[in-house]
Amino acid sequence: MLEVSVRHRFEGFALDAAFKAPPGVTVLFGRSGSGKTTIINTVAGLLMPDSGRIASGDWCLLDTESGIRLKPHRRRLGYIFQEGRLFPHLTVRQNLAYGAWFAPKDAPRASTAGVVDLLGIGHLLDRRPGALSGGEKQRVAIGRALLSAPRLILADEPLAALDEARKAEILPYFERLRDEVSVPILYVSHSPSEVARLATTVVALDAGRVVAQGPAAEVLGNPGILPAGAREAGAVLTARVARHHADGLTELDAGGLPLFLPKVPQPEGGRLRVRIAAHDVILSRARPEGLSALNILPGVVHEVRPGEGPGAIVALDTCAGRVLARITRRSANVLGLVPGAEVHAIVKTVSVAPLDVGGGGRTKR
Amino acid sequence: MTDWLGPAEWSAVALSLQVSFWATLVSLPLGIFVAYALARWSFPGKQVLNGLVHLPLILPPVVTGYLLLLTLGTRGPIGSVLADWGIVFAFRWTGAAVAAAVMAFPLMVRAIRLSIEAVDPKLEQASATLGASPVWVFLTVTLPMALPGIVAGAILAFAKAMGEFGATITFVSNIPGETRTIPSAIYAFLQVPGGEASAMKLVIVSVVVAMGALLLSELIGRRVTARVGGR
Repeated sequence: MLEVSVRHRFEGFALDAAFKAPPGVTVLFGRSGSGKTTIINTVAGLLMPDSGRIASGDWCLLDTESGIRLKPHRRRLGYIFQEGRLFPHLTVRQNLAYGAWFAPKDAPRASTAGVVDLLGIGHLLDRRPGALSGGEKQRVAIGRALLSAPRLILADEPLAALDEARKAEILPYFERLRDEVSVPILYVSHSPSEVARLATTVVALDAGRVVAQGPAAEVLGNPGILPAGAREAGAVLTARVARHHADGLTELDAGGLPLFLPKVPQPEGGRLRVRIAAHDVILSRARPEGLSALNILPGVVHEVRPGEGPGAIVALDTCAGRVLARITRRSANVLGLVPGAEVHAIVKTVSVAPLDVGGGGRTKR
Repeated sequence: MTDWLGPAEWSAVALSLQVSFWATLVSLPLGIFVAYALARWSFPGKQVLNGLVHLPLILPPVVTGYLLLLTLGTRGPIGSVLADWGIVFAFRWTGAAVAAAVMAFPLMVRAIRLSIEAVDPKLEQASATLGASPVWVFLTVTLPMALPGIVAGAILAFAKAMGEFGATITFVSNIPGETRTIPSAIYAFLQVPGGEASAMKLVIVSVVVAMGALLLSELIGRRVTARVGGR
């Protein structure tokens, strides 16, 4: 397990963060300026912090106390940058081979054919990066990092520069990376849907400090920690695809409760993660009748956390898992929402964004 | 060509090409190194180095030539040491090459420095994270990406070396067959009655060589830019 503990002081910004990254995807989650990229750059060795220790077992990248400061090229990492950073003077094939050439000859390495296949970039091999689309570039960048036989993969907002359609194209590749490649991944993001879909572990950051860390469902379902702000709050449910219906809906089984979504590509029986945005959830004390919304999840209020404005976040426990709802404080008072109160969460099927639904990966381990 | 050019003119043309070729070739690695140091490193005395490199551009060429004679002449502090090893520059064609290289150096370094500064350091970082040591980063990313500027700098230096006159004539004089390059030869022909025709032929050669160099640099530059541009 990778253990990171770094302290660094810039003008007007102090970073003091410590966290553990178990196998799987660990997402550093927070607003811009919270120190995510600074942390990942200290792990990569592109920034030497004032003090700290970065190690995994007896593999030590940095230990200022004993004077260990490995140079970036000795760290054996695969860094996927936001802008891809492919070498423009090399072909895709040469870009992919670049990292492998420097890796130790006895390092366990992925096969080029396997990676090319996984990322669907076989038809691009003889092109140069200038002739690729943004999404293609990013896929090649992922492949290049994978093929350098890394002991850890770093990804710094690899989707931030892409439009929604390209994000939807790349996200599944990261899911496959998480589920099929055993290399741990440290992933920086400020996007709730990326966190919800990819994270095994979430490390929430605010102003250079770790405010929470733990399994994704736990951290995202905690109304006390909203790294991206109340507006972006949302909990993650894990579910199984029960049936694809003829009218274009997919029925999920979420802890025994039916959940209807617009058709998803995963096969019946496949596991899914669904992010339910808090502002898309309506609460009702009585079970509503004659309502157009298809998803009604009965639950019990766990906590009501008033915000600074007129809003409040209500956390409720359902059979499907923790659900967050963002409502007004007035409604919370009128409905008498206190911990223990029984309530129904109503989620419109069409309000679940396609980017918020992803395959595989358990949120708890 | 040898029929059209007399032996004296031909000798000047051949000598100029020889001097410029070696001046460019030998100073290129040093030029790349200095350009890289100026573009990427910060070290004490950086401004002094920058000034020294650019000095020949600003000083009167005659002064540069005289300074070369003082230091590299057989009695100069460096020249005398080299003379003990059998290396003599003064009044030899190699001295003409040194003078041409020194005079062309600022132009070469400028072009290469600009192209190295244009290489995105983020690509060099990416290379390092993929396991490339600083030397490999330079060889596999910085150098190929800066290639258009290096080619341009080399051709510019070659053209400048072809035309060098003041420093050359001061340092190594104007010895037919040894240090009489095209500009020196044109100067010499114009000093004697009836030399205008020979001078004019060398002027034409100069123009052709200069145009050829420009076209070549344009051609190579375009091909290399297309390659480095990733298309």
